[in-house]
Amino acid sequence: MSTTAAAPAPGAATHADHGAGHGHHEMSFLRKWVFSTDHKVIGLQYLFACIFTLLLGGLLALMVRWQIAYPAGAKPSAEQVQEWKSQGLSGAKLDEAIANFDGDKPFPILGELLWGEELSKADVNAGMVGEPGLFGNSNGMMPAEWYNVAFTMHASVMIFLVIIPMLTGAFGNWVIPLQIGAKDMAFPFLNGLSFWTWLSAALILCLSFFIDPAGISAGAGWTSYPPLSGVVTPTAGPGQTLWCIGVILGGTSSIMGSLNYITTIVNLRAPGMSLFRMPLTTWSAFITSILQLFATPVLSSAMAMLLFDRHMGTSFFLPEGLNFSGVDIPNAGGGQVILWQHIFWFYSHPAVYIMILPAMGIVSDIIAVWSRKPIFGYRPMVYSMSAIAGLGFVVWGHHMFQAGMNPVLGTTFMISTIMIALPSAVKVFNWLGTLWGGQITFSPPLLFALGFVSMFVIGGLSGIYMANAPFDIFIHDTYFIVAHIHYVLFTGSVMGIFAGIYHWYPKMFGRHMSDGLGKLHFWLTFVFMNGVFFPMHIIGLGGYPRRYASFRGYDFLAPYEGMNVFMTICAMALGLCQIVFLFNFFWSLLAGKKVTSDNPWHANSLEWSTTTPPPHGNWIGPVPTAYHGPYEYSHPNCKEDYAPQWMPMQRVYADAAAPATAAPGASGAVGAPPPAPAH
Amino acid sequence: MSHPAVAEHLLTERRPLGAAWDKLMMWLFLGSDAMGFAALLGGYAALRFGDVNWPIPSQVLGINFTALMTFLLICSSVTMVKSLEAIQKDDRVGCWRWLFATFLGGVLFLAGQCYEYTHLIQHGVTFSSGNFAATFYCITGFHGCHVFGGVVLLGTALARVSSGTLTRHHANFIENVGLYWHFVDLVWILVFTFIYLV
Repeated sequence: MSTTAAAPAPGAATHADHGAGHGHHEMSFLRKWVFSTDHKVIGLQYLFACIFTLLLGGLLALMVRWQIAYPAGAKPSAEQVQEWKSQGLSGAKLDEAIANFDGDKPFPILGELLWGEELSKADVNAGMVGEPGLFGNSNGMMPAEWYNVAFTMHASVMIFLVIIPMLTGAFGNWVIPLQIGAKDMAFPFLNGLSFWTWLSAALILCLSFFIDPAGISAGAGWTSYPPLSGVVTPTAGPGQTLWCIGVILGGTSSIMGSLNYITTIVNLRAPGMSLFRMPLTTWSAFITSILQLFATPVLSSAMAMLLFDRHMGTSFFLPEGLNFSGVDIPNAGGGQVILWQHIFWFYSHPAVYIMILPAMGIVSDIIAVWSRKPIFGYRPMVYSMSAIAGLGFVVWGHHMFQAGMNPVLGTTFMISTIMIALPSAVKVFNWLGTLWGGQITFSPPLLFALGFVSMFVIGGLSGIYMANAPFDIFIHDTYFIVAHIHYVLFTGSVMGIFAGIYHWYPKMFGRHMSDGLGKLHFWLTFVFMNGVFFPMHIIGLGGYPRRYASFRGYDFLAPYEGMNVFMTICAMALGLCQIVFLFNFFWSLLAGKKVTSDNPWHANSLEWSTTTPPPHGNWIGPVPTAYHGPYEYSHPNCKEDYAPQWMPMQRVYADAAAPATAAPGASGAVGAPPPAPAH
Repeated sequence: MSHPAVAEHLLTERRPLGAAWDKLMMWLFLGSDAMGFAALLGGYAALRFGDVNWPIPSQVLGINFTALMTFLLICSSVTMVKSLEAIQKDDRVGCWRWLFATFLGGVLFLAGQCYEYTHLIQHGVTFSSGNFAATFYCITGFHGCHVFGGVVLLGTALARVSSGTLTRHHANFIENVGLYWHFVDLVWILVFTFIYLV
């Protein structure tokens, strides 16, 4: 907070001095890589931390899937009993076969570590006890209470510790200043503080597994609906309290990050970089930051009220006469559980767009680069993202059609929700328009971007279904909604994250990832993720409720049992094929092919203009000037099929046309319009 | 004092509407903070309209005393403006005096809030004695935390002015503290209206 009123002219002598003196900064290892204020290092810190949390969240997902396919105490299926009968078993023998049926399968390796040695059903029936595990002894099988923890923490980790920090923290930090031509964020210290706040949130969420001897962390679902979450109970014990604190800290970090992103984008754009010359990744980060800035404090307020209910004897969300397992809750009275849902979804619906908009921006940039065409409808892309963000604030009620809402209000929310399909459809149309007739290279970044576009269509269509209150009431809290959210977040956002990693990796680390392994990673992921998530639509319509620890014993669900096991097998395969990615990522850091050019993809935006990897301060010497928009690919007047933003159009033409027709001197006037605008 | 060095990454800073990065960031932060208050006030409204037995505030809370506190806070906003005016004219002594008056206003407000809380608690109105009290303490307490933060900021500014490290070249620091202070003041007027008066 110590700048002067008068800014020195850019490119003045002081500037050059700074540039020249730059190589002399020698920073200690701690200052440079740990407590860094450099946006690129902070971005990479987020990236590496998020790869770790992605593994944790993924592992929890696999445990959820495993439990559903092979639940503890599984009874033999009707077909199995029929088979025994046809083998001639009957009476006491049949009962014995049923009693000794061993449908349990502990989760590989972890099952025995956490819940003790696996014994056969016959041994258990004979009264044997095995070695206990870390979280107690239940024959290697996950207890139903822990299943609550598994799905709650899977969602919380994936949302608060993977997708939001990966998209806004890692890509937002790393990409924004480089794409707009800034030497760093406006307030580098706050940026570093934001990372450390987020990291402490992450540690608190991870520690919450170990505060209870049975490993019970938060177990009230990621939506944490009171009264279940509002009272200290075995399901929502100290782990739930830590969860609330972690989420508040994570939100604080988000707010600090968004303050920096918006300010940086508004104030620190390079000369010539008007708002409508910014690449769409930066536009999406800008719009996302606005959402984060105004939605997150609402969640923090709600979390604070929930903590007061849990520990300070208030009753914001606890209704009169609340009773848990026969115990009256003394402070309950006058609170409204629906109030929590309103406040929570006022944050969490915009949060859904926080998790998809940055991926849309990344995918837009990647599609333009890899199909060598200007983005189709650049401004409509910006306007549609803004429309999605704006509408995102007025649709939260569609999560609550089942909560006893006035049908008139429900209809309003239904209409505003369906309206989001319009800007979303504009975006899909424009991505297809960009690809149409382009010179497409099916590189890993483009494959993942195409994966995003195609799967987003499925997730978007099921979204329109569910926006309809009558349909929503039918599929509410079933696997249909689980399918929808995973089609948007996994096969959408996570595809966008992978696309971004493959695309910017050479600039980040100065080495290439293996193309072959990247393609293998894509195809395996693409096949298995559909194997996991598509059948969820079907079992959801068939009536599978979400969040049940076991579905055995429900006759009407029995026909779908095989599908359930199939999904779990696909999920395990999906998890395993990420090893290809991890190997590719880490092996390429050490032994990948070194980049031979600062602009290996022949891309136009400013991050490709600097040396590789970019130095501290991003550019040696002054920042570049942006002479035109970022999507001048395959311009008919250019010899090359791209026209970098940092080169005046005249100079680009000069390479192609005869010197006499080229503009003399190529003075590089700031903001000189290209003769044939592409947008 | 000479011009302070500008960090390298800020050399090419643009200033749309004359707002340097720190001023813009303060505005954005205030917008964000307002949403936090909005959530609490919205929750308050929902709980109050959902409860037929909600007490009439003026029968529980001391309106006259709080009106005095409100007046104090509004006056401190005026002195805040005067201190900015003084530092822009390079009048460090004047700036210090007006800042001190603002600081004093904040401290007195907090003292008044402590007195009010003590009095209420002695009369059995505690945080856990129903939603009327809970929302009251939650919202006025959240606001009190903001006043406390403002007092800390004002204390920092006072120290910097008296040590001579804050001159007219840093007027934007005083301006940003002022923005925050006026925001806290404005929020109090809303809180006073909704919690005490209506």
